[in-house]
Amino acid sequence: MKYILMMTGTKADCDSYFKWSKKDLQASVAFMRAFSKELKDSGTFVASEGLGFPDQAKIVRAGDDGLPVTDGVFPEAKEFLMGYWIVDVESPEQAYAIAARLSAAPGPGGIQGMQPIEVRQIMTSAPAEWQ
Amino acid sequence: MAVTGQPADDPIGRLLRELTPQVLGTVVRRFRDFAAAEDAMQEASLAAAVEWLREGLPDNPRAWLTQVAFRRMADHIRSESARRRRESQVAGAAAQTPEAAALAPVPEEDDTLILLFMCCHPALTPATAIALTLRAVGGLTTAQIAHAFLVPEATMAQRISRAKQTIKNSGVPFELPTAEERARRLRAVLHILYLIFNEGYTSSTGPDLRRGDLSHEAMRLTRIVHHLQPNDPEVAGLLALMLLTDARRLARTGAGGEGIPLAQQDRALWDRQQIAEGVALISATLPKGAVGPYQLQAAIAAVHDEAVRFADTDWPQILALYDLLRRMTDNPMVALNHAIAAAMVHGPAKGLELLDALKADTRLADHHRWDAVRAHLLELAGDLQGALSHYRAAAGKTASLPERHYLLTQAARLSTCDS
Repeated sequence: MKYILMMTGTKADCDSYFKWSKKDLQASVAFMRAFSKELKDSGTFVASEGLGFPDQAKIVRAGDDGLPVTDGVFPEAKEFLMGYWIVDVESPEQAYAIAARLSAAPGPGGIQGMQPIEVRQIMTSAPAEWQ
Repeated sequence: MAVTGQPADDPIGRLLRELTPQVLGTVVRRFRDFAAAEDAMQEASLAAAVEWLREGLPDNPRAWLTQVAFRRMADHIRSESARRRRESQVAGAAAQTPEAAALAPVPEEDDTLILLFMCCHPALTPATAIALTLRAVGGLTTAQIAHAFLVPEATMAQRISRAKQTIKNSGVPFELPTAEERARRLRAVLHILYLIFNEGYTSSTGPDLRRGDLSHEAMRLTRIVHHLQPNDPEVAGLLALMLLTDARRLARTGAGGEGIPLAQQDRALWDRQQIAEGVALISATLPKGAVGPYQLQAAIAAVHDEAVRFADTDWPQILALYDLLRRMTDNPMVALNHAIAAAMVHGPAKGLELLDALKADTRLADHHRWDAVRAHLLELAGDLQGALSHYRAAAGKTASLPERHYLLTQAARLSTCDS
């Protein structure tokens, strides 16, 4: 079964990221590299991407003429998707354990962030089995 | 076999896949290193695929493959021992020098069963056992298996190499398990083949058509086991179950990939020839006496397959079979199907009563299938409002998109009646 682990944050969280020390940034990158390698070595890795910062995010809707109408103004409290990992595991508990590792990624001052990670199952295309 | 994207009539691919377990067995016997032998086998298969296509088939393809795999093994052992001379266990473990081993004559024994026991070893998780079985016994490449399971090739390669490491660490000898152990281990093999079948069968639609080939691969491997163990009734039962279930393949999904329940399937699309084979097999097996869960499930599938219309289904017989099956397994899905069969025989009230009792099973309490069955039985009982709310509850819990679509459609149908 496949799960997506989503790391989210507000615009304020992202702004604070710009003020991290070099050492903290290096620790963060090193953690993410090791984490990614761990997923790959364990045979659970499916995909992972990081996303651009929220100040470049746009909400798009179709206008009356069908053309895109964009809006870039968001409420301060809005949670943005920052990046995601897709893993193929044998139980939901295994997905939660991986998410907990991610949540404990080091933050500023080397202190673990304990960030919330949203875990969602990915739907399969398997049709129902009706006997 | 099109797991690959290769044409199904690719004769070289088919031959290679038939020869893989036989040749691999020979190589493992000779060199006593399953993990390295399996790698050598993959390389030999790749070499054969290229060479045979260009030069035509050799006179004795099995001997050709074996010789190439032997040479790869010899190369591997030489480089291993050169690189790590002080811990050259691999060379030490080999019965002969690599050169002598590679040149010795090839025996004609078939080690497929030993390989299956090894690949379906209880120390492995189901996902890794499946991957290893498809590669070492099925002769699929890592890329093909990764494709079928929709994961990157590197991830599948890791899974296979970890599986091989687990086997190495567990120190299983390359031989048939003892007589006492054999029955238990054969059950493990059948379980893995059943999982491979289901993996393909439950996703044989639209863009995932290639995954449907996994069920054909499972049937091919189960046929081999049946050929090697013709007197085991559960092996025959599993093969019959696969044939009788797969026979409905074309009828069970609509043009848009949506699931079609048994009651509404166009039975003209069922594969009559496959049904005849499955019915003959299970009919010949059941009288032998040692009835097990696969035989019972095959018998149930046969009763469904033999009904000309859904209305002709012999539900009392199906209920009797589920009664027996329930005594043999505590699988909650069996309990649910039993409740449906009871409803068809004794009316929905009886089914709902059984269903209520199942709510105590923690594996079912929060399972979408429980709600889906309850919705179905409530609808039969005329409680459309109750049915609607349980169809919706089931739709909210399922992890299958086509199933969610089906359940929401059922709910939408009822809410239209309602308004």
